Amino acid sequence: MKLDSPLKLACPELLDLDGAEPALMGSRCRACGEVYFPASRGCTRCCATDMEVCSLGSHGHLWSWTLQGFQPKAPYNGGEAEADFRPYGVGYVEMPSGVKVEARLTVADPALLKIGMPMRLTLQAYRQVAGEEPVYTYAFAPV
Amino acid sequence: MDNEVAIIGIGLHPFGRTDGLSGQQQGAHAVREALKDAGIAWKDVGVAYGGSQDGGNADALSNQLGLTGIPFVNVANGCATGGSALASVIAAIQSGVAEIGVAVGFDKHPRGAFNPKPKDWGLEDWYGETGLMLTTQFFALKTQRYLHEHGIPEEALVQIAQRAFRNGALTPHAWRRKELSYEEIAESMPVNLPLRKFMFCNPAEGGAAVVLCSARHARKYTANPVIVKAAVMRTRHHGSFEVFNPGLAAQQSPAPTVMASRAAFELAGVGPKDIDVIQIQDTDSGSELIHMAENGFCEHGEQALLLKNGETDIGGRLPINTDGGCLANGEPVGASGLRQVIEICTQLRGQAGLRQVPGTPRLGYTHVYGAPGVSAVTILQAS
Repeated sequence: MKLDSPLKLACPELLDLDGAEPALMGSRCRACGEVYFPASRGCTRCCATDMEVCSLGSHGHLWSWTLQGFQPKAPYNGGEAEADFRPYGVGYVEMPSGVKVEARLTVADPALLKIGMPMRLTLQAYRQVAGEEPVYTYAFAPV
Repeated sequence: MDNEVAIIGIGLHPFGRTDGLSGQQQGAHAVREALKDAGIAWKDVGVAYGGSQDGGNADALSNQLGLTGIPFVNVANGCATGGSALASVIAAIQSGVAEIGVAVGFDKHPRGAFNPKPKDWGLEDWYGETGLMLTTQFFALKTQRYLHEHGIPEEALVQIAQRAFRNGALTPHAWRRKELSYEEIAESMPVNLPLRKFMFCNPAEGGAAVVLCSARHARKYTANPVIVKAAVMRTRHHGSFEVFNPGLAAQQSPAPTVMASRAAFELAGVGPKDIDVIQIQDTDSGSELIHMAENGFCEHGEQALLLKNGETDIGGRLPINTDGGCLANGEPVGASGLRQVIEICTQLRGQAGLRQVPGTPRLGYTHVYGAPGVSAVTILQAS
């Protein structure tokens, strides 16, 4: 996913955008192999601190989901007026390593969301304010 | 056991909204009520533990109650603040620090959902900014997965809320005292599906306090002391599914509730079948549903049948949240755990009026759960 001009990201450290599709970054404990998202400086499983960066990939399966039905208070900074707020999907997506990643979903329709369905990583402009460049975050879309 | 501790006084400032009073004033009111109930004065108290989330320091209550020089420790354990304060007072009395101790919790939250700051919880700003750091979202995600794994229909969530408001209507000090129909709950605003408006409790205000002393001396003060058979607090293990977690471990492990519950039953030497009246954390219908099984009162998946058959009603085999729980009382975080203890004491003393569990309940149980993965359980016995 080579970009002509870099997007403004809420969380650049979580993403690898150099490949054909975006991938999520995490970390792995060198002592016990436990995998973390986001990258962790220590292992809460075995208490070791020797961690290595690793890719979690771009694809997974929907593990749970909800819809955010009301506009969150700050620190949420979607920037829309209250009247313009539209519910958005939120879920946990189980990645190949077994780690479940919490993410916004690109769909917000209960009829389109089913636990177990395949999902792919994408970027979503969650903050779109007139006169500003949009701010993107990672999100998952049904495949 | 000759080292047991008893509750000899209980006091509440009713939960809800009290515009004219600060959280600390509501806490001080609760302490005064508890002292009156025990028939003692503040100067008789030798140690105190207490806390609030948004209401300020508990030891500042001394400015209202009296500056008697006692050790007064501030506790900050989220929803488990009351449970932690109680366990600490019990340990202090057992170790001989004081003969009489007070545990107090109070709070006064702004209206609407909590809006925590990511940095306070060791998280990066993006987690809050992108709209993922909401407690209601977490409860919904956990409930959705639980319903899926155990084949429970969403109607169970409605039945829990219905029972909470039904019990609240029988409770003079409850905040929400109006029964709601199945349809009113099932069709209320979808806050975070599968959870809807009337399946969530509201952040609120209030105060709760208990007075404790060594069980050996309890009858000096009251005819009906309640013996604390266990008061246990536990935090999460690696792999449990907790609030404010951008990522969950590959292998899941039991929740802190399971660990606290098991330890409490072991300490008390009783099992779930021995319990006559129950308080479990019902931040939302889904949490109560999950906590019923995590505390050992049923198998995972068995809840739907229990609810359908009315087993968790006041007249049922497992009376849960007889005062309407958090759903009908709201949640002042610091005070919530002690409200549960006070309701169980009221039931064990046979003083619960229209909501009294029939027969002569002998053993009661309380459970709180909160961020970032803490749980406190007590087992209480009538004397």
